[in-house]
Formats: sequence, structure tokens, C-alpha cells
Amino acid sequence: MRFRFTQTVIDTERARRELQDLGSGGYVSFEGWVRDQNEGQEVTRLEYEAFQELAVKEGDRIVAEALLRFPVKHALCIHRVGSLQLGEMAVWVGVSSAHRGEAFDACRFIIDEVKHRVPIWKKEHYRSGDSGWVNCERCAAEPQHSHAEHRHRAASNPWEPV
Amino acid sequence: MQLKIKVQYYALMREQAGRSEESIETSSVTPADLYGELAARYGFTLAREQLRVAVNSEFSDWSRRLAAGDAVVFIPPVAGG
Repeated sequence: MRFRFTQTVIDTERARRELQDLGSGGYVSFEGWVRDQNEGQEVTRLEYEAFQELAVKEGDRIVAEALLRFPVKHALCIHRVGSLQLGEMAVWVGVSSAHRGEAFDACRFIIDEVKHRVPIWKKEHYRSGDSGWVNCERCAAEPQHSHAEHRHRAASNPWEPV
Repeated sequence: MQLKIKVQYYALMREQAGRSEESIETSSVTPADLYGELAARYGFTLAREQLRVAVNSEFSDWSRRLAAGDAVVFIPPVAGG
């Protein structure tokens, strides 16, 4: 499996070892962390929820696409689910490769595609006591509203290709 | 004709439906019809155009013909990472 979920802290040392290869001259990783604010609201914690049966299939397809598109050796993505505190790691992507350029490119490709295609949802809890599902609440009240007015790309047309 | 379909709900859909899954008898023929039926029942706030749909754990067309025993998931805008 080149994409998996965990309910506990992502073990990056172990994940990194899975990518080691004597033919690789290096490895690139990306860590996504829980930030304390989003769109002007103070965030206190996050919850991630996934439709895991489909998410692991789609995540695995994304990593397989990266391995076809870029001449890299190994790639892996791990996503956390459950309740996360500020500063915790929500997602990790790692790519090993003979040369660094394609490792950076493949890593970027994987995280960008995962954000747009994999059925994972994020609920933000705010200092105000309010909470909301990211990309779902803003347009929800007025689905007939002109989408052009939204700067929020994911909410206006979540499935359009990047 | 009535079909027995399993529907699973996630995230905003789960909160608005007030359940994470259910088995329903429906006369809906396609996932699009089924979404209309359930949106009327639960007052879903998202328009169908904002969603994708999965049948039996794979992305599907809204116009596919549902079969007895299918498992349907409506997928609101995602926000991984």
C-alpha cells in the first residue's frame, strides 16, 4: 500500500525507512501541520474523517500515477484521521529518487492531488465556539449563488482539475 | 419497483442525516434520484453539483442504474492535507 491512514502520530522515521534504496541519492518529504488559523478564524483543533475504503484506493492511484509520471524510486503518503491538536502532523508524503528534481516534483504532485481527490474531510473548531467542515459550509447556504464570486475554489467547483 | 440500498454518510452529510448509515427501500433508479429523495428527507444543504457519488466503494456516474444491495456514498467537497 502506497497510501494509508493512521489514527495515531505519524511515524516519519519508519515511513522514511520504507523509501530507502541504494539507487536513491536523496529523498524529499512534505509534512502538513494543523495551523492555528484559517480564513480569518482562530482554529483550536481539527477533526479528520475519511471514507477509508475508497480513500485508500484513490490515494494509492495517485502515488502510482506519480511513479509513472516522474522517474522516482519510491513514494508513500500517510494521512492521519481523528482529532488533532494545533501543530500536529496531519499528512506526510515522502519520495526517494536518484536525483532531487523529480523527487520534489513528485512530492508536490502527490500532496496536491491528495488534497483534491481523496475523500477526506476536515472539521475545524474555532475559538468562537463555532465549527465547520472546510469547503462544505460556505457555499452550502446558497447553492444557487453565483460561484464566480467565491474565491474559494474547492467549494465552488471541488472536482475541476487543477 | 423498490430496491434495497445501503447508504453511508460522512462528514457534513452524516451530521445532516443524523446517522452514519442506513438501509433504505427506494424507488429511485439512479444515485441522482436517490440524492434528491434523501435531500428532501434530511434537508441536505449541498447541491448535487457540489458532490460526487460512490457506488460500492468506487466513484460512479450520477446516472448509473442502481441495483439491489448497492452501497452508496455521497461525497461532499473534500479537504484532506
